[in-house]
Amino acid sequence: MDFCTASWNPMGDAYYRKFDLYQMEWNVKEEFKDCIVAVGPYGGPIALMKNYLKKEGGSSSRPVLEIYSASGVLLSTLTWKSGQVVHLGWTVSEDLLCIQEDGTVLIYDLFCVFKRTFTMGNEVKQNQVLEARVFHSEYRTGIAILTGPLKFTIVSNIEDLKLHRMPDVPGAKVPPSCWTVLIQDRMTCILLAIGKELYLLDNTSCTAITLPGLSPLSGAYLHMSVSFHYKYLAVFTDSGYIWMGTSSLEEKLCDLTSDIKQPPKQMSWCIRPRSKRVAIVVLWDKILLVGGCAKENILFPLDEETFMVSELDGVRLISHSTHEFLHEIPKATEEIFKIASMAPGALLMEAQKEYEKESQKADDYLREIKDQNLLPVAVAQCIEAAGYEHLTELQKSLLRAASFGKCFLDAYSPSDFVTMCNDLRVLNAIKEYQIGIPLTIVQYKQLTFPVLLDRLVLRRLYPLAVKICEYMKIPEFQGVSRVLAHWACFKVQQKEKSDEEIAHAINQKLGDTAGISYSEIASKAFDCGRTELAIKLLEYEPKSEDQVPLLLKMKRSKLALGKAIESGDTDLVYTVVSYMKNELNRGDFFMTLRNHPIALSLYRQFCKYEEPETLKDLYNQDDNHLELGNFHVRASYSTEKGVEGRVAELQNAVDEYSKAKNDFAAKATEDQIKLIRIQRSLQEKMDKPYVDYSLHDTIYNLILDGLQKKAEQLYKDFKIPDKRYWWLKMSALAEKEDWEELENFSKSKKSPIGYLPYVEICMKHRNKFEAKKYIARVSPEQRVKAFLLIGDLDQAAEAAIEHKNENEMNMVLSKCSGVTDAAVADKIERAKVQLLKK
Amino acid sequence: MASDRLDAPALPDFTILKRLARDQLIYLLEQLPGKKDLFIEPELMSPLDRIANVSILKQHDIDKLYKLENKPIYSNSEQLCFLIRPRVKHVKHIANLVNADKKAGLSKKYKIIFSPQKFYACDMILEEEGVFGDVTSDEWPFYLLPLDDDIISMELPEFYRDYFLEGEQRWIGTVARSLNLLNTIFGPMSKVYGIGRCAKMTYEMWKELLEDEEVVQKERKPDLGLVFMIDRDVDYITPMCSQVVYEGLVDDIFRIKCGSVEFGPEVTSSDRSVKILLNSQDKVFGEIRNEHFSNVFSFLSQKARNLQSQYDKRRGMDIKQMKTFVSQELKGLKQEHRMLSLHIGACESIMKKKTKQDFQELLKTEHSLLEGFDIRECINLIEEHINRQVSPIESLRLLCLLSLTENGLIAKDYRSLKTQYLQSYGSEHLLTFSNLKRAGLLTEQTPTEALTAVESRVGKLVTDKAVGKLTDAFSSLAKKSHFRGISKKLGLIPRVDGDYDLKTPRDMAYVFSGAYIPLSCKIMEHVLVRKSWAGLEEVMRLLNNIEFSEQLTERNSFQDSYRTIVVVFLGGCTFSEISALRFLGKEIGYRFVFLTTAITNSARILESMTETKS
Repeated sequence: MDFCTASWNPMGDAYYRKFDLYQMEWNVKEEFKDCIVAVGPYGGPIALMKNYLKKEGGSSSRPVLEIYSASGVLLSTLTWKSGQVVHLGWTVSEDLLCIQEDGTVLIYDLFCVFKRTFTMGNEVKQNQVLEARVFHSEYRTGIAILTGPLKFTIVSNIEDLKLHRMPDVPGAKVPPSCWTVLIQDRMTCILLAIGKELYLLDNTSCTAITLPGLSPLSGAYLHMSVSFHYKYLAVFTDSGYIWMGTSSLEEKLCDLTSDIKQPPKQMSWCIRPRSKRVAIVVLWDKILLVGGCAKENILFPLDEETFMVSELDGVRLISHSTHEFLHEIPKATEEIFKIASMAPGALLMEAQKEYEKESQKADDYLREIKDQNLLPVAVAQCIEAAGYEHLTELQKSLLRAASFGKCFLDAYSPSDFVTMCNDLRVLNAIKEYQIGIPLTIVQYKQLTFPVLLDRLVLRRLYPLAVKICEYMKIPEFQGVSRVLAHWACFKVQQKEKSDEEIAHAINQKLGDTAGISYSEIASKAFDCGRTELAIKLLEYEPKSEDQVPLLLKMKRSKLALGKAIESGDTDLVYTVVSYMKNELNRGDFFMTLRNHPIALSLYRQFCKYEEPETLKDLYNQDDNHLELGNFHVRASYSTEKGVEGRVAELQNAVDEYSKAKNDFAAKATEDQIKLIRIQRSLQEKMDKPYVDYSLHDTIYNLILDGLQKKAEQLYKDFKIPDKRYWWLKMSALAEKEDWEELENFSKSKKSPIGYLPYVEICMKHRNKFEAKKYIARVSPEQRVKAFLLIGDLDQAAEAAIEHKNENEMNMVLSKCSGVTDAAVADKIERAKVQLLKK
Repeated sequence: MASDRLDAPALPDFTILKRLARDQLIYLLEQLPGKKDLFIEPELMSPLDRIANVSILKQHDIDKLYKLENKPIYSNSEQLCFLIRPRVKHVKHIANLVNADKKAGLSKKYKIIFSPQKFYACDMILEEEGVFGDVTSDEWPFYLLPLDDDIISMELPEFYRDYFLEGEQRWIGTVARSLNLLNTIFGPMSKVYGIGRCAKMTYEMWKELLEDEEVVQKERKPDLGLVFMIDRDVDYITPMCSQVVYEGLVDDIFRIKCGSVEFGPEVTSSDRSVKILLNSQDKVFGEIRNEHFSNVFSFLSQKARNLQSQYDKRRGMDIKQMKTFVSQELKGLKQEHRMLSLHIGACESIMKKKTKQDFQELLKTEHSLLEGFDIRECINLIEEHINRQVSPIESLRLLCLLSLTENGLIAKDYRSLKTQYLQSYGSEHLLTFSNLKRAGLLTEQTPTEALTAVESRVGKLVTDKAVGKLTDAFSSLAKKSHFRGISKKLGLIPRVDGDYDLKTPRDMAYVFSGAYIPLSCKIMEHVLVRKSWAGLEEVMRLLNNIEFSEQLTERNSFQDSYRTIVVVFLGGCTFSEISALRFLGKEIGYRFVFLTTAITNSARILESMTETKS
């Protein structure tokens, strides 16, 4: 397999190789140095801004922004109409940041669609941006800006815009020759060089720095570079000296001196994660230097102008014709392919090759591995190495070897093998020229699958994303549904198609897929100004709680109310009602409520506690005179305290009841008015609270107070039934213990309730003497009861026997107790016997 | 019936619901770390006490406990926690407290825990009062309180007024979620029957919840098989009758509150009141709760004799026997003894009140009304009742019973009785009558019969969820009762030769001294025995045709669970109904679990309809 190692360049004990990712077929004539170039990490897109400098004398050509995929496929272009751009940079979510001279930052997506803008503050605006850097930390994108008067402003996270002004560098007159952003312990700092001095700016202070182990003769700093994860720092001085160390500035790793003393165009670290070896790649016009701790360096001559991009596990080199990747050869690859390697993986490769040739040597090789018990290691090596290969042919032969090897293993779990095959399939698919995302397996693992999926979605590669999700067996909820939802959101933005067409297309494709939220899609449609489409889409949304808020946002409150009521969720109805209350004029609001009784009753409940007056308006609007009457009655005793106020409320009630043709209520309320007026005068006269009494209680109290005449008058005025009056007067007189008056009353007219109650009431007040007076007048049927009440068993028995009524006899008998009443009991028993005989 | 008698299946253990609620509450309290004072709205105090007592609350950093009343509070704590029902009144009160503190320059932490859920209106109030940002809020999903082995209450007495009077549907979702919770833990339930508009809506919402759940139901043995939902307004007659089974009587007279009752000095025959739990744990109570009152006293005296003889065993014991007696039996005996004496006291107290002439007459009137005899005499008696100011609620109860059984009062009586009532108790009761009319409890007979046609049409409209356009007038029409017809069809008034044997009753009528079988229970019996609504067409027409039955899950192999039935009373159920169904269960080998929005009786229903000056 020597052809493999042909491109390997040794440096110390490591090898480095550079290989083509793509032949660029883009049509870029301009030199990179005349453009602003920005390339996103993780195989990200390339943004180029041509003609970016303001031409003196008002040249006709405006700047043009072009965005290409990593393979050079044009994704979008935009003629720049805003201000002077100083710097371009990609965010972690693949949005393009365009930083203008005045500190305004405009954010565009991959397709040059404007997303939003923000500014870096007044200081920047006044002093203009001199230089800018976009930097990334985990999940965040930040911006650092250097302004004319040499002040630094930093935003650590553009999603959460907080501007930090860094302290000034004391005595600085000239702009720094080079500077970079460092992240130390999650703190963002700036390292800058002025001549031969190095300064570190953190939030509070500016510290002069000396790098450990730096030769004093090294000269002025020209360039500096931080590694992908801010772990290492390299500086380049005018003597061609390169210092490499940790970014904590505490440890030196190694240094080297290059023959070229000119300031490099770019400098970048080339490190493989978890590898102990480090290397720095320095780019000049015609030459590329790879140097590290080893004595010798690697030099690549360059034919073309090249732009370098730092990646997690290497560097990408972009020129007008090619797109290359430079990286350190991973250990597994090195062991397998190194000439005359006896590593297990290498032997397994040989064995498999011989096996294909049907040679018995295969067995020899295998035996050699197996004898050392290294077959599992060999298989693992081949699988791992397959991942590092760019060419599918090599991937295949490595995987074939692994597959061959694992046949000879007992109880081998194939999950690693399967995962690698799946991953490579995905990576190869997105590496495809048309797609143009050249991710290495290391980057892919770091990026994670969901992020990759997001990126595909962002590039509107919906079919591919769906296919990949299906292939990777991602649960619908996280995979296909999400992609489809994004697709639908994109679809609704297609202005050229009709609402019906789009709604139909979306429903056709999405159906009832789990995890699809039609309301989100509808919301997107609404954002694009397509209200009708949004409403159509909402029809597919099964959840009312998602439909309603959007309908409200679209000012379709009546539709929303309908949906809310249909859902039976009163909270939703309330939401809509309270919205409508503020949004509609009162008349319309009430009219709408009137058509929706459920909403109306809800609102009424609310008004009862919060806005009683509104309640009245509601009834008024409906001409609901009955409820209005009730409303006034309620007011008459709950809110009104004074008698006049109460009378006024009641008068209103009478009017309303009359309008409602409820004679009964009107009459009852009129009576109440009459009563209150009388009560008031009584209250004044008697100095006793009469007003809250009912009619019954009023008369009762009048009798208690000895105002018989007044009581009589009320009895007549209010047409109180005789029975009630008798009960009432009798009880009141008894309570007053006015026995004389009671007797008079009993004689005044024939009692409509008979005379038994007289006996009862006297006994209730334990006055047997008075009770007896009435016994004679009790009707014969009730006389037994009367005698029993006063406890005269003898007489009761007499009466019962006289009536020849067995029930009555039994009643008496049941009251007889023990010896004392034996005589009576006896008498009754005898009478009963007699009765039976007949 | 007795021939194919099956043993009723065992009941699942509902105490898990309590544990669940407790854990949820503790979790919420811990969301506000550190010492805090807890303000509890009065209505939640008893239910809370059944879930987590004071010592548990203290363990979780509750410093002081207060009752939330409509007045300023005095608390030194930096953190105040409020546990309330989602009511506008309370939220407003809390908002005022916060604003007062703000004015005084105090900064405290406030947290409102809404039980069982928060309503949008609550947030709206907080927002309007400008304290939305100062207060954090949470929901304590405490839906179900097991009061006893077979009674689960939502403790939402306001459900009745909110829905049946105000037409507010906000609690329906709550009931649906409760059902869902019950189904998740003890289901899957296989079939649902229901009658009433509210039942139907509740079921629809529950169905949506069921559909939302993505869980694949495993074939596990369900503890609960069927659900039967019924609206309170399907049967207003039953709660309007005087209760005569022991538990119902205790409720009518002493008011059972959240499963416990407070016996006053007249019962305890001491100078203090005693609060006890009334449930099946109390053995004495367990044996008498479902009995007709006339049997209770003799039972208790028998029990007392037994107890005495057990005590008497002590005599002639040697030391060792005595030791085991004291350590094992004595405590139980003492407890039983205590309970026994309390129940005897309660009985005496009840006897004193209920054996009076008045009560007997009242019962007679009720029975006449149910049977439709001597209506004129009944009306006179009711009038006298009102005239003598015997009791405002009792009078209303009789009026309602009259209206319900007679299909409304004739115009003349309606006016005169109302006038009498207003004269006795004040004219603000004009509004009470307006409420009763709207709820369909006390109505005026409509002169033409043509309206019945409209009614049944409206009835059909009501079943259609989308058609919410029902004016109040129509719905009150739809609620009109056709008691006579229904009673005849279902045989609610048992024909008895001689005296009804209350000791060994033959049917559920025993809960009303043999005079009447509760309509609600009779409907259930009918449906459960026939396993469908078939044969009830005529009755359903009279009840406006709002019945439904639906299969929830495929028929599973656990036939046994079919015989455990959750009866859902929307708007409350009475102890008489519980007793009647327990009796029915024993007869036909079914086990009933009662899920009710609250335990109710005539007084509770009518008080919620009454407009008072306070």
